Amino acid sequence: MSAEANVRTLTIDGVDVSARSDQTILEAAREHKIAIPTLCQIEGLSSVGSCRLCLVEVKGARRLQPACVTRVEEGMEVATHSAKIDRYRTMILEMFFAERNHVCSVCVANGRCELQSLALTLGMTHVEIPYQYPQLPVDASHPRFTVDHNRCVLCTRCVRVCSEVEGANTWGVMGRGAQSLVITDLKEPWGASETCTSCGKCVQVCPTGALFEKNRAMSKARKHPEFLPYLRIMREGEQP
Amino acid sequence: MSDVKTLATVWLDGCSGCHMSLLDMDERLIELSSRFRLVYSPLVDRKTFPEMVDVTLVEGAVASEDDLKKIRKIREHSRILVSLGDCALTGNVSAMRNMVGPLPVLERVYLENVDLQAQVPTVGVPALLDRVRPVHEVVPVDVFVPGCPPSADTIYQVLTELLAGRVPTLGGVAHFG
Repeated sequence: MSAEANVRTLTIDGVDVSARSDQTILEAAREHKIAIPTLCQIEGLSSVGSCRLCLVEVKGARRLQPACVTRVEEGMEVATHSAKIDRYRTMILEMFFAERNHVCSVCVANGRCELQSLALTLGMTHVEIPYQYPQLPVDASHPRFTVDHNRCVLCTRCVRVCSEVEGANTWGVMGRGAQSLVITDLKEPWGASETCTSCGKCVQVCPTGALFEKNRAMSKARKHPEFLPYLRIMREGEQP
Repeated sequence: MSDVKTLATVWLDGCSGCHMSLLDMDERLIELSSRFRLVYSPLVDRKTFPEMVDVTLVEGAVASEDDLKKIRKIREHSRILVSLGDCALTGNVSAMRNMVGPLPVLERVYLENVDLQAQVPTVGVPALLDRVRPVHEVVPVDVFVPGCPPSADTIYQVLTELLAGRVPTLGGVAHFG
C-alpha cells in the first residue's frame, strides 16, 4: 500500500485535516492545534479512553466518541465543542470532584494538578453533584513515595507506565466502579512491594496529588511526564 | 445617590482568609466605598441583617445549626448572593470532617488528650450539622467565586461587574485552591 493510500481526510470543527489511517481523532486534532481536553491520556503511553473528557461528536454516530481511542476515517466530520459536549465534560469533571476528596487548598499538587486546571479551563466553578466523602487510605509505607487515594481519579497512568515502560507491573486496579483502588502487587503496602523498582515513573505521570514524592516542598513538586515520549523514541531507535 | 449599592459580607465556617483577601484590595477599597455601602459584616458593628441588601458575599461552608439559620435568612434578604471562596463553594477544609462525621472530631479535640475537665461544649455554641455542606446545596447562589482565598483582583472584578449591573462568571478566570 502506498503512503498516499494511508492518508485519511476528515474535518474537525469544520477545518479540513489529513491524518494517517492509524492515527486517532485526538492525534489528528493536536497536529492541527485543535484543543481537546484530556485527563487519562498521556503522550508516550497507550490510551484507554477511561476518563471520557475527550468525548467528541462524530457525524452519523449515535453516541459521543472518545477522541483518544477513535481512529480517523475517510470523510469523518468531527465536532470538538458544542453545548452538548460542554455539558457532558462539565458533568464528568463534577463527578471526578464529587467521587473522592479533592481538597485543592491543602493538596500537595495545588497549582500543579491536571484536575484542578481542567476545572479552570472548562469553566467549572462549583459541583452540583453531591460530594460522596468516602473514607480512603493513604499509604506512606514506601521510603520515597506516598499514595493518597483521596486524590486518585483512577486514570491508570501509573498502571500503564509501570507495565509499558518500566516493565515492573507493580501497579494494578482492584474493585469495581467508584470503589476501585490502584494497588501495588496484591494490595501489599507499597513499601513491602517486591516488584517495585522505586523508579518513580508512576509519580511523574500522576495527574493529581494521588502519587507524590515525600519530603518535597510544594514549590518543588513539579512533575516531569515529558520524559515518556523521549524514552519511547530512544528505545524504538535501539530496536534492530 | 441612587447608584450606591448596599453590600453585606458574612462569615460562616471558614478561616476568615476570604475577608483578608477582601481587605487586600488596598486602595481600591476607597474607590469601592463610594459606590458600595457596607451595611452588615464582621467588619462593621451592625448586629442584625438588613431588610434587603443588593449584594451579599458569603465566606465559609454551612457547618452548624446557626450557619443554616443564618444563610437561609440572608438568602431571603439578599438580591444577589455570592459564594466567596472554596469553603462556600466546595466545603473545602471545613468539610474534611465529613469523612468521619462530627462526633469523632469533637471527641478528638475535647476529650482525648485533655487533662482538665474534658467535655464537649454544648452551652452557648451551636450544634454541628452531621455534614458540612457547600452554600449552594442549602440555598440558591447567584455567583460562584473559586479560590482559597480568591485573589483581591478576582474579588474586585466581581464587585465592579456587579456594580455595572452584570452577573460575572468566574469560569476560566479563578481556580480552586
